[in-house]
Amino acid sequence: MAALVSIRNVVKGYVRGKQRVEVLHGLNLDVEAGEFLALMGPSGSGKTTLLNLIGGLDRPDKGEIAVAGQRIDQLSSGQLAKWRARHVGFIFQFYNLLPVLTAERNVEVPLLLTKLSSRERKRNVHAALELVGLADRAKHKPSELSGGQQQRVAIARAIIADPTLLVCDEPTGDLDRDTSESILDLLQMLNRNHGKTIVMVTHDPRAADHASRRLYVDKGTLTDTTLGAAA
Amino acid sequence: MRYLPLIWAGLWRKPVRSVLTFLCVLVSFLLFGALHGVSAALGDIVSSMSDTRLRIQSRVNISEPLPFAHLARIERVDGVQGAGYYNFFGGYYQEPSNSFSSGAVDIARMGIMFPEINLAPDVVEKMKRTRDGAVIGEDLAKEYGWKVGDRIPLRSNVWVRKDGAPEWSFEIVGTYTWTNNIPSNELWMNYDYFDEARTFGNGTVTLYFARIADAKRAAAISDEIDRLFANSAFETQTQNERDWIRGRMSQAGDIGFFINAIIAAIMSALLLVTAFTMMQSVRERIPELAVLKTYGFGNGTVVSLVFGEALLICALAAGLGLTVAYFAEPPIYRMIGAGGLRLPWSVIGAGFALAAALAVVSSVLPARRAQTLNIVDALAAR
Repeated sequence: MAALVSIRNVVKGYVRGKQRVEVLHGLNLDVEAGEFLALMGPSGSGKTTLLNLIGGLDRPDKGEIAVAGQRIDQLSSGQLAKWRARHVGFIFQFYNLLPVLTAERNVEVPLLLTKLSSRERKRNVHAALELVGLADRAKHKPSELSGGQQQRVAIARAIIADPTLLVCDEPTGDLDRDTSESILDLLQMLNRNHGKTIVMVTHDPRAADHASRRLYVDKGTLTDTTLGAAA
Repeated sequence: MRYLPLIWAGLWRKPVRSVLTFLCVLVSFLLFGALHGVSAALGDIVSSMSDTRLRIQSRVNISEPLPFAHLARIERVDGVQGAGYYNFFGGYYQEPSNSFSSGAVDIARMGIMFPEINLAPDVVEKMKRTRDGAVIGEDLAKEYGWKVGDRIPLRSNVWVRKDGAPEWSFEIVGTYTWTNNIPSNELWMNYDYFDEARTFGNGTVTLYFARIADAKRAAAISDEIDRLFANSAFETQTQNERDWIRGRMSQAGDIGFFINAIIAAIMSALLLVTAFTMMQSVRERIPELAVLKTYGFGNGTVVSLVFGEALLICALAAGLGLTVAYFAEPPIYRMIGAGGLRLPWSVIGAGFALAAALAVVSSVLPARRAQTLNIVDALAAR
């Protein structure tokens, strides 16, 4: 299988106050197309930083990142925005839905950047909400939905533009166990039945069990599965 | 257009704040429309005045009468094409509060002196045949429900009849209008009838009008007329109509300056309010804007959303404010003697342009903040 995401010798640091803190130290990673990868590790280990780099939200200080053969570390911020719109769907821990919009309007947001007509957008939104089991809550605002339902809306928003890659940052971190299971089942279904490549950051080993591979990030470097599991 | 629901929803994030801002902008543009409308109406009054018609009154003041004998001498001045006269009547109908502009004239001369009057020749003829006849403006007829053939009793604040009758009775023989949008709200009676019936001031008039062919000679002819009566008991002061009305207005101060100063103060305050509202609105939505950017909304699009929001609220509120001003203006115009006028389209256009400028200026800082927003920091609430 060809690597969809290829990361080579990536270094990333941040300036906090007067100090520069290096978070990732020459990291290498390949994510195969159709893979469901779980990134685990302690807080501050650099897993969200890595996820942000994979999703094109941030750029490395050094090293190369290629997604589907395209070097995204060389794109300008405008090009990166367009690339994200076409290739990546994002799922956040706290859903990050727009509170003033209904579920269907929230799901529609990424499609506003496409050339689809209003009718086509509506049809796609309905299909996405149907897929996540929330077609009947289309007119509800986030405040009228449970946490699990909000995360389903967020998942529908993430897949609406048919992205190559789904990046999930602690998607079950704010949910109870049963709801977490249903969300993870949904992600697994998207991976297995719809061929979506998923990179998920999680603290929860049970959530990582749904992935096809798990990696551990520790102090800015990747360790293998066995070591991580033992730790 | 596809972003409109997004912009609209943003406005309703804090409904109370949005409604208050909307009302603030609305009231400001209502005032803008009303004040600029008054200014424009005064300008219209000035421009509707003729610069080829001279107005001759007593040098002492307007209430001092001039002898009727002045007429023939004015008519003989080189450059004068014709002359007319007017005597103030000060009439009211039933109650002093129902007073309106009324005067004694030679109706045949009125048509010649004021070519902008729509006055049918048969009305002039009928007026000549009817000694106690009166011609009224159509606006006045509408206001009191009077029609041709009605006999109306008037009282005067100044003039008493020789026969002791408290009222002056007139038969309405016709109506007139102005072609230049000036309200037709006067009543004109025959001077001869009035002069014979009044107890004092006989053989005098309040003022004369003289028509000239060349506006450039207005000052020279005015001087010549005034020289004719210099050092007499009835000295005159002659001006063309436009200069006279300008002079009257300037007695009230520089109206344009006052209006512009008030509007500038209102708009400055409004700018601060709107800018503050926009800043607050954007600050509260930093995570939401970060999500939009995450999903590929470029800096330009996010900036457009911020501008669009300010533009929508400013344009809607300004539009409503100017609409209210448009319909509220006619009564104000009537108060300043310019009834029949409408808020000029130039003021409405300027209002919308100002609203757009207000939206842009008040959004500059919030838009800049949205533009430079770092997604990673914003999502991490740093």
